[in-house]
Amino acid sequence: MMTTATPSGTAQYATFYLDGLYLGIEVLSVQEVIRHQPLTPVPLAPPVVRGLINLRGQIVTAVDLRARLGLPPQPDDALPMNVVVRTTDGVVSLLVDEIDDVVEVHAGQFESPPDTIRRRLDTLVTGVYKLPRKLLLILDVERTVACGASTHVS
Amino acid sequence: MNENEIVREFLVESAENLDQLDQAFVQLEKDPHDRTNLAGIFRTIHTIKGTSGFLGFGTLERVAHAGENLLSLLREGTLALDAPMTSALLRVVDATRRMLTHVEATGSDGGEDYSSLIAELERLATRTPDTSAVVAEAAPDAPVPLPALEPANPPIAVLQTAADVDAPAPQGAASLQVTQADEAGTTVPNRRSGQDRRSGDDRRAQDEKAPAAADSSLRIDVGLLDRLMNLVGELVLARNQILQYTATQTDSAFVSATQRLNLVTSELQEGVMKTRMQPIGNIWTKFPRIVRDLAVQCGREVRIEMEGRDTELDKTIIEAIKDPLTHIVRNSVDHGIEPPDERAAKGKPREGVLSLRAFHEGGQINIEIADDGAGIDPEKVKRKAVSRGIIASEQAARLGDHEATRLVFLPGFSTAEKISNISGRGVGMDVVKTNIEKIGGQVDIHSVVGSGTTLKIKIPLTLAIIPALIVAGADGERYAIPQVSLLELVRLEGTQARTGIESIQGTPFYRLRGNLLPLVYLDEAFERGTAQRDPEVVNIVVLKADDRQFGLIVDAIHDTEEIVVKPLGKQLKGIATFAGATIMGDGRVALILDVMGIAQRAHVISEARDRRISEGDAGDHAGDPQHDLQALLVCRVGDADRMAIPLNRVARLEEFPTTSIERSGSQDVVQYRGVIMPLIDLSTVFTGRPTQGGDLRQVVVHGEGDRSVGLVVGQILDIVNERIDIQRRSTRHGVLGSVVIQQRVTDLIDVAAVVGTSSASDTWAAA
Repeated sequence: MMTTATPSGTAQYATFYLDGLYLGIEVLSVQEVIRHQPLTPVPLAPPVVRGLINLRGQIVTAVDLRARLGLPPQPDDALPMNVVVRTTDGVVSLLVDEIDDVVEVHAGQFESPPDTIRRRLDTLVTGVYKLPRKLLLILDVERTVACGASTHVS
Repeated sequence: MNENEIVREFLVESAENLDQLDQAFVQLEKDPHDRTNLAGIFRTIHTIKGTSGFLGFGTLERVAHAGENLLSLLREGTLALDAPMTSALLRVVDATRRMLTHVEATGSDGGEDYSSLIAELERLATRTPDTSAVVAEAAPDAPVPLPALEPANPPIAVLQTAADVDAPAPQGAASLQVTQADEAGTTVPNRRSGQDRRSGDDRRAQDEKAPAAADSSLRIDVGLLDRLMNLVGELVLARNQILQYTATQTDSAFVSATQRLNLVTSELQEGVMKTRMQPIGNIWTKFPRIVRDLAVQCGREVRIEMEGRDTELDKTIIEAIKDPLTHIVRNSVDHGIEPPDERAAKGKPREGVLSLRAFHEGGQINIEIADDGAGIDPEKVKRKAVSRGIIASEQAARLGDHEATRLVFLPGFSTAEKISNISGRGVGMDVVKTNIEKIGGQVDIHSVVGSGTTLKIKIPLTLAIIPALIVAGADGERYAIPQVSLLELVRLEGTQARTGIESIQGTPFYRLRGNLLPLVYLDEAFERGTAQRDPEVVNIVVLKADDRQFGLIVDAIHDTEEIVVKPLGKQLKGIATFAGATIMGDGRVALILDVMGIAQRAHVISEARDRRISEGDAGDHAGDPQHDLQALLVCRVGDADRMAIPLNRVARLEEFPTTSIERSGSQDVVQYRGVIMPLIDLSTVFTGRPTQGGDLRQVVVHGEGDRSVGLVVGQILDIVNERIDIQRRSTRHGVLGSVVIQQRVTDLIDVAAVVGTSSASDTWAAA
């Protein structure tokens, strides 16, 4: 797993909320976080692709992270935020409910994902950090964005 | 200059030199007595040896040294060049290239074992000069000391002449070879001899002689050019946005500043685009070597001819066509050109000719690859296609020769009797076709049994910024359609919209000038289901895909715009319906439709295969208005008059809100496609009263040359094909006469006369 391991065994994650879940992405793979952007839907696209956004002249695919994780959709009036990540498949925007801070965690708080986590989450969540008041689920960015035409029967 | 820079410089220079070496060797084999050429090769290898020794690339130095040894014997005339030597020397070039790639990647020459190559070179070098007969014969030809060793010898003179000829060319010495004028039809060998003299040290000598040429050009990182191109793309988008905003402004200072910005942007765009242009010769230079190796391998004799090597293309396109072209060339040598004995038996010269041609035509690049080989037998192709289950035998029987030949572009097809290791390795012609179509190009094949095959490729000049028509889908989103695929726009209203679209077994059709045009609903192509449609208006965008026509029904047609093509993310790469995306003037993203993809998805291409629509119906008979079938646009003028306009006088049909019509002097004008187009109200011309009522004006755009004028009509009623039989010659000005259309007497408008006498004739819009 990619982590920003510092000499003291700590790592930094950009965190956000999604349907009550507290999730984190390794901070170095996050390019920026921006508020809601107008989306252009793409007909025939895999269902997890919500559309395209214009990121200062660059066209970026927006992936509906709720749909990707098999979670119920947001209410219609809610405007998702964009977590723009750099991946080997290029720059991709992940649509999330709400942004939280960048948190620093220690290796001692880490644990493998418990078996009770739903199957869909299991393949994308690489681990759990036990923070004082809540659990932080770590998302594998590469696997999350690898949702192209291959997983979609066209 | 630090060491890294020196290595980089060495790599760049060597890569160029090696490309020239390939050609030089092929040429040398044809004419082993060309001492200038030999000396050039020797010096290039010598330079590589020297520099690699200096930089500490030991293996590279040893290989180059062995090659140099053999070359020096050849140069002195101690040995005569033969095929094994050429092959060994070419292996030196290959080995050098491999090591240089390694150096580029890792910083070392890889230390691969080349001892067998070196041994082979040494063996060839120490061989007793038993073949010296050739040399003896050669000796009288060149009794003088080797010319190229002395920089002041003939090659320089040649170069200077060449430099004089090319004087206006802005490129430096390194690219001189590609700027030289190509005389049509000259064979490569003729030209090559002049070119090879410029390789290696000769080139350097020229640098000294002609510093002006070298100083006026520089090497630029491609990444920088790409960034510039992106920035220009951004600028074009911002410009479009400002232009949109300006349309609502009246401040003349602001408007003129915007126009200036518009002009400068266009020029800048053109300029930056030019910097990315490369002559197609850059990829062609590899072909003589490929052809030579192949010919040796499969026992053919092939001469390669090139024409138009300085035809320029965008760098991305050059890269995209490299592999398809190579494949076609390989195919031609392997399957096209027959073995020498077979050719001789057929009364053809033993040596086959492979000719490459490139030229500009209609804003596109045409590339033709022709061989004078056996040609493709359409019957054989049909049999093969049937036996492979690609088409049914009844289908095959209906195919014409050309269609049958085109079957080779279908996946799963290979006519080669046996699969050789040269072609037929799974990279079939279907891949060639897909790759060319991916960059917006087309490929066609023509073949005559016994006399050869020609592949014709058409590709756009650039991919980055293209003109496109913006349309709206039922979802309200905008989509861009590349203008190259666009043929015409048809708008049906009222009764026509309700009854004009017929259906055959569930497939909708429209009768376009008497021919059936298959239709595709955009929302159905998107599998969005059938949306609520306006029964009163149907907009058909007539498109061409693969020689076939089809109509795409869209909700609304907006405007044409220059769009900047941007790629889609990997998650969306599998969708054939879209060619990319662009950013519109308001900052929103719009998808670019892939016309071919839509046609295939909707199966119009296969269904329409035998139903090719001839475009000529309207145009063929256009010259003679009498006693001939002619397409006419029937429209209402003023309140009641039915009048007809020959369709060949009509460029486009437009609709303008009355509020957009402005007055310039005594002339009504409208801003149209970025120019001011004068309007002539036909009602005023024929009845003396202007067209009344409504917020919209129907306008028939008539174009002549690059100017256009709009004819305002009351309503467009129909397009009909009628035998024009002028019943009554008219003395009325602007009317050719009366004709009977759909059992009604209709006046035929003399467009030239109407436009000619109008004040609009002085103010024609330059479109």
